[in-house]
Amino acid sequence: MRGAGWKGAAARLAGTASRRSGRGGTSLPGKLLLRLEPHAIGRLSRGLERSAVISATNGKTTTAAMVASILERGGARLVSNRAGANMAGGVAGALLHGEGDTGLFEVDEFWLGPIVEELAPSALLLANLFRDQLDRYGELESIADRWAEVIRAAHAKGLVLNADDPLVADLGRERADVSFFGVEDLGLATEALQHASDSTHCRRCGAPYAYEAVFLGHLGHYHCPNCHAGRPRPTVTAHDVRLDGVRGARFELRTPDGVARVVLPLPGLYNVYNALAAAALALELGAPLADVVAGLESVAAAFGRAETVAVRGHDVSIMLVKNPAGANEVLRTLALEDGRHDLLAILNDQIADGRDVSWIWDADFETLAPRLRRAVCAGSRAPEMALRLKYAGVPEDAIEVEPELPRALDRALDGAPEGGRVFALPTYTAMLGLREELVRRGVAGSSFG
Amino acid sequence: MADRLRVCALYPELMSIYADRGNLLLLARRCAWRGIGFELTAVGHGDTLDPDAHDLFYMGGGQDRDQQLVAEDMAGHKREALHAAAARGAAILAVCGGYQLLGDHYELGAERVPGVGLVDLHTVRAAGGTGTRLVGNVAIEVELPGLDGPRVLAGFENHGGRTHLGPGAAPLGRVLRGHGNTGDSGWEGVLAGSTIGTYLHGPLLPKNAWFADWLVQTALRLDAPLPPLDDRLEDAAHASARRAAGLPV
Repeated sequence: MRGAGWKGAAARLAGTASRRSGRGGTSLPGKLLLRLEPHAIGRLSRGLERSAVISATNGKTTTAAMVASILERGGARLVSNRAGANMAGGVAGALLHGEGDTGLFEVDEFWLGPIVEELAPSALLLANLFRDQLDRYGELESIADRWAEVIRAAHAKGLVLNADDPLVADLGRERADVSFFGVEDLGLATEALQHASDSTHCRRCGAPYAYEAVFLGHLGHYHCPNCHAGRPRPTVTAHDVRLDGVRGARFELRTPDGVARVVLPLPGLYNVYNALAAAALALELGAPLADVVAGLESVAAAFGRAETVAVRGHDVSIMLVKNPAGANEVLRTLALEDGRHDLLAILNDQIADGRDVSWIWDADFETLAPRLRRAVCAGSRAPEMALRLKYAGVPEDAIEVEPELPRALDRALDGAPEGGRVFALPTYTAMLGLREELVRRGVAGSSFG
Repeated sequence: MADRLRVCALYPELMSIYADRGNLLLLARRCAWRGIGFELTAVGHGDTLDPDAHDLFYMGGGQDRDQQLVAEDMAGHKREALHAAAARGAAILAVCGGYQLLGDHYELGAERVPGVGLVDLHTVRAAGGTGTRLVGNVAIEVELPGLDGPRVLAGFENHGGRTHLGPGAAPLGRVLRGHGNTGDSGWEGVLAGSTIGTYLHGPLLPKNAWFADWLVQTALRLDAPLPPLDDRLEDAAHASARRAAGLPV
């Protein structure tokens, strides 16, 4: 997509300048373009044959990577904002620079309305709503209200929703054409709602939901005993789910187009949810089931999401944590791995991480505490991370505080047993910092974009 | 020394949005390390509240809708019990949304949510939505009974309400960094006997372990401070929260 005339040229020039200065360069030209031409997204997207928008608190980037992997098998040429630049500037920038026939955009929860209105996408996927960075976003209910507005405005044609998330599923209750996805393996149910659970009360009448099964945070099988609003019956579903530690997951995918066994190279139930979301969206866009399966099975980890890098004879597995629900799934996945773990926990409090680090007290580090051999805590709020681990039950002499990232990485590697793996759990800016450090050491390739 | 601390968590299912669990965890562990028993009772919507059965009452923050559900139940069914508990000297710690419900009422636009009237204050939601929330790291200076001088509480605040203290109410502390009750009064929270309300949310106690100990001592009505613990990490976390608020350490 090329911007017409001087506005696009000026914006592209700004992008070149910002890339030369070293970082990203994905949203600055878009921002500039939107200042010059507020409806640039609408105009530029008219050159696309179709487009899809993905929003969620957790899993946007991974789900978009899965959908891309599927659609590219069918020959689609994608225009997408895969660098995590997911506000209007990032989408405009992708349209300005990209060449292709299919738009695939991950969109920040709060930017959904204006972007969907401009794009009028062929399909809109809303995958989950968890408590995120409340200092940045306000409260869950207000995001759900905004999303309801977006759906009411009906700029998006197809709608794909998570049946297992009551807050999200409720958004589709009045429409007949929604594609719902969900997990049908009751063997995965946890014993109780986790501490980080959100929206456990009916959005319609306020009564607490009754859960037949809880899979992940507040995702599960539920109904309202008061007004009888229940979980919609999903048509894209996962059965017989097997979680293989940090290596991957397997499940049977059932769809209106048929049934297939999927071997997913990404770990954890949260990635099974991402895969279901990607499958439902791709099918909505007309992808054949064979492409869906092959695309899911060949997807590579998005950077910082279960990516493993070899450093000084150790494997360092990087797993982004940014809110309690996401962190709990990572902790649960680590607990599936045998042995005792070496941890590098990096807690930053930049705006992109959330200035409020309260959320670490809602994440169940207790799950992992008995399995930790040693933990090095780093980042701008390292001591608070260390304290969280102490109160989760990690012995104080197994916890080290080293705020500086390069030194903390070395301390974690020094302390790990010969050839042992180190699990790095960084917040968002910490993940960017860690990758930068790994690139600087020549052990990881730059993978922006 | 008393052999156990009996804690009542009020509406934990509805009012624990900002990691309020961290506060309870700190109390539980620090009691255990000192050989003090710890009993936690959850009292929720529709439950009966026994004013004599607990030494410390805790309530956290909630989303607007949940807070309204709680307000109706609390003002309607738990008001007398809370007043009786405060009168007999039990400690009450209410954070964020819980703090707002301690007062007379909370105005949300045209709506008026009832409080329990335990302290002389009322709260008004600022017009204009999320842009007018008071958000950020905060540090206040407090002087508490039994302590030999001013101390610092550090934390994080995120509230749309402006809380106005009446003539019968004293603030918990003076704002050193951040916004506090109204953003311009210079005061934060409320302190009335052993009843405390504050906007310093969620893991207030993990960031201020000394305050957790003061609460335990107050709730158990002990004359002497609790025996010290190895608080190196606690002290470092307190320093980290102070630094984040912009205070020199």
